[in-house]
Amino acid sequence: MSSNKETFGGTLVFVLIICLVCAALVSISAVGLKPLQQANKLLDKQTKILEASGLLEKAGTDIVGTYAKFVNAKMIDLDSGAIIEGDTDNFDERSDARDESKSIKPINDIASINRRANHAVIYLVKDNQGQLDTIVLPIVGSGLWDLMYGFVGLAPDLNTVRSVVYSDLKETPGLGAEVLNPKWKALWPGKKMYNEQGEAAIKIVKGGAKKGDVHGVDALSGATLTSQGVERTLHFWLGDEGYGPFITKFRNGGLK
Amino acid sequence: MSSETNKVLFGPVVDNNPIALQVLGVCSALAVTSSMANALVMTLAVIFVTAFSNLFISAIRNQIPSSVRIIVQMAIIASLVIVVDQVLKAFSYQLSKELSVFIGLIITNCIVMGRAEAFAMKEKPGISFLDGIGNGLGYGAVLMVVAFFRELFGFGTVFGIEILQLTQNGGWYQGNGLLVLPFSSFFIIGLIIWAVRQWKPEQVEED
Repeated sequence: MSSNKETFGGTLVFVLIICLVCAALVSISAVGLKPLQQANKLLDKQTKILEASGLLEKAGTDIVGTYAKFVNAKMIDLDSGAIIEGDTDNFDERSDARDESKSIKPINDIASINRRANHAVIYLVKDNQGQLDTIVLPIVGSGLWDLMYGFVGLAPDLNTVRSVVYSDLKETPGLGAEVLNPKWKALWPGKKMYNEQGEAAIKIVKGGAKKGDVHGVDALSGATLTSQGVERTLHFWLGDEGYGPFITKFRNGGLK
Repeated sequence: MSSETNKVLFGPVVDNNPIALQVLGVCSALAVTSSMANALVMTLAVIFVTAFSNLFISAIRNQIPSSVRIIVQMAIIASLVIVVDQVLKAFSYQLSKELSVFIGLIITNCIVMGRAEAFAMKEKPGISFLDGIGNGLGYGAVLMVVAFFRELFGFGTVFGIEILQLTQNGGWYQGNGLLVLPFSSFFIIGLIIWAVRQWKPEQVEED
């Protein structure tokens, strides 16, 4: 082989063989590891949802069991706010938001998400007595560098904040990525999203929120744009083009 | 262990370090050194890729037509990198979320390609494999030192364990904002190169 390796035919055959071997190697690893990867991805999501509903400590190592026991996923239509039938397990907000037939361009795109999926999957979390305890709503919005994905946990009045938990972001470590700092996350529980007129009133306050301000949360120092991104993301999702219709419907009649 | 093996395996750590002496692979050294855990995983990934790409390329070095050798090397390296990425996704999802982009960029890491072209194309598979491990170790050694300084003085932690308590967590230490950002690695790598060349003056280039 080495005698004719420099010929055109020899080169072609060699390249073909290399391509086949490499392709086989890549395919085997991708297909063989897929179940493990999907399990990991699901576990990661379930962990974040439990964190958003305050059940993570109770769950300990049994994430899957706790999730199955307390969390009920529902698909909703964002424009009408109604609960609809749908495959909640395989719903992928990111791929839907890229598909023009499954998403819209928000008119008032304050969170700079460009497109918003028509549907969303929300999570109803029960307490030990089987009463609705927390409603976890997925959120997405631009930070400084890229979209930040996360969850906001609300009490059944859909106004009192239980948590704001980010799950996927590319903010600067030590500055914007401090949204993941437990100290900052601990500022959220008990805050009110809406004012008495029913408008989204939650705000991020540079220099620190006043004591007793139920709508204000301290901004992150050194991360003005990320902080603004969080505020805009929340305002978008609390508004009419976000979960607004669902929240109105829910308050008027609960979940039917 | 014979002196030759020793030289191939540990030579690149100080005497012929790919980052400090040859100044290769600096780009990824900037990006992944904000925490030691990330740097360690990146090091392991690069060791794996350089070692096996050297092994495979060396094994078929006499069959590779010279007109397409770079492409063949690339195909092998890229396949190995994809495998590493898939394995990471399957076994450490959290790390893969942070590192996935940079793992993909191992393909363009000059160290991997440089060793394939400069060493594996000429030497036998066994010694090429060791050369790959050696260069991966050399790369990793610099990465770990940079990550140590960046994580300790930027975040007050080492491998995520708190050493200097940050002011935002109620402590006394004000994290160094510069070290948090990737380009600070330039300064640290520069200082490392200076230190190594003070220690081993033969590395200093002639004017």
